[in-house]
Formats: sequence, C-alpha cells, structure tokens
Amino acid sequence: MTDHAMRPVRQPRLAIGPISYYWPREQVLTFYRELAAAPVDIVYLGETICSKRKQLRQEDWLALAEELATAGKEVVLSTLSLLEAESELKRLRAICDNGRFLVEANDIGAVQLLAGRPFVVGHSVNTYNERTLAVLAREGCQRWVLPVELGQETLAQMQRLRPAGMETEVFAYGRLPLAYSARCFTARARNLPKDDCQDCCIDYPDGLVLQTQDDNRFLALNGIQTQSARTLNLLPQLARLRDLGVDILRISPQSTHMSAIIERFHQALIGALDPCSAAADLAALMPTGPCDGYWHEAAGMALEATATPT
Amino acid sequence: MELVCPAGNLPSLKAAVDNGANAVYFGFRDDTNARHFAGLNFTPEKMADGIRYARRKGVRVFVALNTYPRPDGFARWQQAVDRAAGLGVDALIAADIGVLDYASSRHPELALHLSVQGSATNYEALRFYQRHFGVRRAVLPRVLSMSQVRHVIEQSPVEIEVFAFGSLCVMVEGRCILSSYATGRSPNTYGACSPASHVEWIETPSGLDTRLGGVLIQRHPKGEQVGYPTLCKGTFCVDGHRYHAIEDPVSLNAMALLPELDAAGVRAVKIEGRQRSPVYVGQVTRVWREAIDAYRRDPTGFVPRPDWTAALGKVSEGAQTTLGAYHRPWQ
Repeated sequence: MTDHAMRPVRQPRLAIGPISYYWPREQVLTFYRELAAAPVDIVYLGETICSKRKQLRQEDWLALAEELATAGKEVVLSTLSLLEAESELKRLRAICDNGRFLVEANDIGAVQLLAGRPFVVGHSVNTYNERTLAVLAREGCQRWVLPVELGQETLAQMQRLRPAGMETEVFAYGRLPLAYSARCFTARARNLPKDDCQDCCIDYPDGLVLQTQDDNRFLALNGIQTQSARTLNLLPQLARLRDLGVDILRISPQSTHMSAIIERFHQALIGALDPCSAAADLAALMPTGPCDGYWHEAAGMALEATATPT
Repeated sequence: MELVCPAGNLPSLKAAVDNGANAVYFGFRDDTNARHFAGLNFTPEKMADGIRYARRKGVRVFVALNTYPRPDGFARWQQAVDRAAGLGVDALIAADIGVLDYASSRHPELALHLSVQGSATNYEALRFYQRHFGVRRAVLPRVLSMSQVRHVIEQSPVEIEVFAFGSLCVMVEGRCILSSYATGRSPNTYGACSPASHVEWIETPSGLDTRLGGVLIQRHPKGEQVGYPTLCKGTFCVDGHRYHAIEDPVSLNAMALLPELDAAGVRAVKIEGRQRSPVYVGQVTRVWREAIDAYRRDPTGFVPRPDWTAALGKVSEGAQTTLGAYHRPWQ
C-alpha cells in the first residue's frame, strides 16, 4: 500500500481511558502526575464501575482535571456505566453539570441528562449503526467510542456514514470490558456480601483472573464488571486505523508499565517505531497476553494477525 | 397485571394462549431477535396464523426485534419492522436506538416497548426512550433489587414490565458480550448467547467436558446430569477455588414477590423461554395464571402454593430457583 504513504493522513490522537480498577488514592494521584508529562492528548477521568469506590471524591477528580488541563491535556469526565441507585444519578447530575469539562456518557441515562450540550458517548452505549449515531449526534454527541465487540468492517461502514463533525474513538489497548452486573464477582470470590464488600477489589489492581478448569486464563473479575483476561492490542492495525480516519486511539490503564505502553504507541504514531515490533514489546507487558479477535470479526479472545501491511 | 409469555413456535404460542397468557411475544426466523436458534421462531405466514389464534382468545401479541443491526444489516431490520407493523401486532419490542427511531418515525401508530436488551436500568434512560420514540413500556434488566424497581417505577414516564420466571441473565442484558468473546457471536449482534454452533460435548476418561468456542465451561463426572454450557453458568477457578464464579445454574422465580411487584406498580410480568418446549410454556403459563388469579382474589393472604413451586422447580434450569437481583443478598 504505497499510495498510503504519499497521501497526507491525519494522525490519530492518543487518549487514556478512565482507570477501570480500584486503586489506592496515592497510586491514582501518582499515575496522573506522571501522565501530565506523557505524550498523550486526552485523559478520561472518574469512576466508571462502582459507586462504592471512594478513594477519590468528586472534588479530587475535578482537581486532577484542572491539573491535567493546565498540563495541556484535553480532559473528559467519565461516568458510571451501570446506574441503579438514586445516589448514583445524583452524582451523575453533578458531573454532567460541572460546567467546565466535556463529559463521557456510559449509559443512556447520562445521554438524557447531557442532551443539548456537547458530550462523548462511551463504548458501553450500544452504537451499532449510523441511525443510532445520528440520533445521538442530534442530542449533542460529538465523539463516539466504537463498542468493543465491533470489528473493522463495521467501523469502515460507520466511518463512511458518520454525521459530519463526529469524531471516532477506538478502544485500542487494554483488557476488554465484557459485561456489567448487579452482582459483585470480586466480593463473591471472597465470600463477602456486596453490601459488606470491604472494598476487596482494591486488592486486585488489574482485576482478579478467572481460569477455566484446564488452566486457561479466561476472564478478569473487576467488581461488577467482567473483563477479558487477555489484553486487546490494536497497535499492529495502525495503518488500517489511519486509513479509516479514526480520530482517537484509547489506551485503557493497567497497573504497571503504563509509561512504556504509552511510549510504544507514541513512537509508532510518529513513525519512529514499527507497530509490529512494538506489538512484541507490548505483549511482554500484558498481565496475560494479547488478543484482537473482535477487530477481525472473530471471537474476541482470538489472536488473529500481527499486522496489516504498511 | 399482564402475564406475558414466550412463543418460540406455533405450538408454544397455542400453549401460552390456552393456559391463560394475557400476551405472547415472538420473533421472526432470523437474527433480528435475541432468540435466534435453529428451528425456532416464525415465518411471516406462521406469525399471521399465531396472531389470529391469539386474537380469537383476546390475547395480545408482541414482536421482539431486539438485536442490534450494523449498517450493512439495517435494511433487514427495517423490513422486519415494516412486516410487524403490517401484521398489526400490538407492540414491537426493540432495543436499538436506530431501530426505535425508524419504527417511531415510519409507523407512529405502532406501540413500542423497550426490550430488556435496551439495558435501561434507571428512569433517566427511560425518559430518553419516551421522549424520542414515544416508548410506552420498558422491560427492566434483571439487575435491580425490589426497592430499586419500586423507585424506577415511581419516576418512570412509561409502564414497566419485569421478568418473573425463567433462565436468569446475571449480567445487564444488552451489555454482555461474554458470548462473542468466546465465539464471535453475541445476543447483540447475532441474537444468541452461547450459540449451539460453538458448543462441543467431549467424552473424557472421567466423564464429559462441555466447551464453548473451545473454552472449557463445565467438567461433568460420569453419571452427573449434563447441562447446556451457558458461559456465565460454568465452573471456573478463582484464587485456587473452583466454583460457579459468575452464577449457579439456577432459574429466576419471583412468584413470592408477586404482591410486592403489584404494589410497586409493575404492569406486566414476563416469562422467559422462547427456546423452551411447548410443554414448558404451557405448564409455566398455567401456574402463573393460577397464581395471579389467586393473588387478585386474596391480595393480603397470597403465598405461593407448594404445588406451584414444585411444578416450576421441575422445569427450572438445575431444578433450583432464586429471587435473583430482586433479593439484595443475591447481589
């Protein structure tokens, strides 16, 4: 694909998704302090999984948002994915009404509250076709994140049909968000009732691995969320992502090696590193190993190909 | 309170109608609905037969069109909406915003229900669907406690239907892709969870293994009853312990909550099981009809009769039932 190199192609920007795990306060603050100096463009902040996680309060998130904005990052406040209690709606309203930062809606309830203002629609809202995206755009959605089970064929169709001005973000690295439940699977694993969970998910900074009976590291339990044990990595698909006009690549944080992961993405984006050799480095940094099946319209856990030709 | 029963085929529809359903729900024979199983569902002709049969007995009919089309499939979902409208069904049960948008603009007279696959767990989400598409009813995901159901109904702009009996989704419906993670096919995209096409039953020296997409879901010792390998009901190992890490193989049975559901303002209770046999549909419908009628006759003295509980237990997955998320300790 030599024509690709001759055509000026817009570089995707790099985003860091919200921390999906429960990390101790100091670890969160350190993570964002380092991120302020890292080569990323956009930072999503806030608790998206469980409203009982209270190491950081709303004022803390807003203070972090200001610091990161001062450091030149675009900050987006992310929101809870599963909204059940009135207290959760109350907190959601406060985030939606913050008046300063863009907000990511991870449930249609948040879209309802954000209607008429600009907002981002996250990957847990089911945006599977252009008619859905058009409805969301009329509400004020200016960026959407591809649902993680959709692959490159669907993305290509959506890119042709997306409303004018709509930005597309792709979840490009991280353990995949697969399901949400009322039940807390971490508390269940510890034999604790959810109402007295003792914040036990703080012990698992990358989730708690669930293995099959023949020792296949299959899933990662993260409170009420279930993730893949394997880590999605789409960096080898960088050429295709560029060709499709993807605006933003999202890295979902893990507890270790984040600066190395960001550095590999950054180097590949500026052309200083071959995405495929970067992939080998990245595989070594993952808690379980890589997968990319969804991108190829296959089972999500599969590892199909290492690269598209560049 | 309306009793809404499943119909995977015409015999099941008749069983539901004959045993006292107030409404039946069914789907077309393709991936436009979330029970896309081989041999199940209705051709347009069979559906017309079913509608006639139900109408003669005063039973309402709902069509489930509750999967998520991608751009290249959208035209087929549009055709399915048009077909349902043409058949004069009492309501369309849909999940996808694009499908709801098409249905409400093209067929404004067609009543819309938000499917459980629409994942609306809070009243702000319900307001969205009401405001945009005039949705009249929503089916709540099986993740809310009884007090949360009550609170949603107090604030809801639409009437509420809840699951009362049947196979139990542990995850928020419409937001679970465990199945496609293992097989490439999910309820959202394909209309089936843990599809049979990806199931393997493998004899081993010690018994039988069941696998889904190659992933070991269950290891049965010789002689143990073998269940279908639904991913979230498997036995897995976490931190050195081997157990049903996500959920036990149980069914939901909310019959004991009937008075509370009614007091909360629930307008309809739903029986799960379009993939089950006409015998199952007939038995479950009959028992629930008796229970609802008994409750109406004597609201304060209602308790599930032991023979009802026994009859429902017999047709339940794993022969066990649970109150699920309605009962807080389950969570």
